[in-house]
Amino acid sequence: MRLAGSDVTCVRGGREVFAALNFAVQGGEALAVTGRNGAGKSSLLRLIAGLLAAENGSICLEGSDSQRTLGEHCHFLGHRDAIKPSLTVMENLQFWRDFLGGESGEAADVSLDGAGIGHLADLPAAYLSAGQRRRLGLARLVTVRRPVWLLDEPTAALDSHAQSLLTRFMTTHLQTGGLIVAATHDVLGIPARELRIGGAQ
Amino acid sequence: MTPLAAVIRRDLLVALRVGGGALIGVLFFLSVVVLIPSAIGPDLPLLKRIGPAILWLGAMLASLLTLDRLFTADHDDGTLDLIVMSRTPLELTCLAKALAHWIASSIPLIVATPVLALMLNLDAAATLGVILTLVAGTPALTLTGMIGAALSVTLRRGGLLLPVLVLPLSIPTLIFGVVASNAAASGQPLFGAPLSILVALSLFALVVGPLAAAASLRQGLD
Repeated sequence: MRLAGSDVTCVRGGREVFAALNFAVQGGEALAVTGRNGAGKSSLLRLIAGLLAAENGSICLEGSDSQRTLGEHCHFLGHRDAIKPSLTVMENLQFWRDFLGGESGEAADVSLDGAGIGHLADLPAAYLSAGQRRRLGLARLVTVRRPVWLLDEPTAALDSHAQSLLTRFMTTHLQTGGLIVAATHDVLGIPARELRIGGAQ
Repeated sequence: MTPLAAVIRRDLLVALRVGGGALIGVLFFLSVVVLIPSAIGPDLPLLKRIGPAILWLGAMLASLLTLDRLFTADHDDGTLDLIVMSRTPLELTCLAKALAHWIASSIPLIVATPVLALMLNLDAAATLGVILTLVAGTPALTLTGMIGAALSVTLRRGGLLLPVLVLPLSIPTLIFGVVASNAAASGQPLFGAPLSILVALSLFALVVGPLAAAASLRQGLD
């Protein structure tokens, strides 16, 4: 499996964010997208997810089920974490497991335990801290299997314990042949190729 | 659980829990219908004559009031992104969301109608007429409203735009709803034709609404 983009140009709000970007990631590899604020890291992730249309160029996932669009092979973990505050932690996770469907991964309670929030399963998600919401997002990644993980600032709001947890999740995902594209300022914690947008500054 | 059942279940849970706002519409409906007799005075024949129109107007405005909940919350917390990326066709997800919204917001209105009809001095036949027309017509209100909700969701201050977009589309439903209710109230044989048109409006909206809403959600992604 190989995710490749060629000559990708992104225009948002009439402004060119980046132009003629080339990248490729193999299955089992991680790509760390870096660059200054506003360089288009998040835009690139949204382009891959199919949430934005590229002005020019193409992105494709080679060696995958061609019946599906690229976005359908992706997990997206962005700044907005898709958590309903009035539902409990478990209900939030079960909804995404049922709705996203496809090949299922770990059971919901196992992945909550794995993310270190198993004891909060019956708590309404409104009471979660920023880091705990992030952990719930991570639990979603392993509850439903998707070959491509798109992570936007995955280390934000995580304490050191949760960062090692994230590293473990990512390593397992890579070992099973998945691939990761992460936009980040920090060190990602796993060996990754770097894609720098917007030149060195 | 299938993806669509999961959407319906989740939207119903969110709407019915504290802060979900499913009851805001009923409360608004209640206040409109309770206040109008107080304002008009105890003129029973007049109330009886305009009763079906008041009930319909109240129900329509109440369903308009809760429409912006259909997509804004999902857009703000990022759920909509994941829904668009998912393997379930967006049109079907929109249909499931509309169904959940109709159950949570319109069925309480229909249930409240017999009680409120008493306040407007409507007899049993008229009340039954209003209930039947609401059952036939509110799906059209929800489904056409969904188009407006989807259009306005990605715009800043889209909440202002929503009534402007949706009201004109809702007027035919209102007209035929009131005509059919009045016919039922006065025992005229004219009840069937406007009721059929109401059902036709709902069926039309059932086809067009999800398609148009899904198209505008895709268009409005940013």
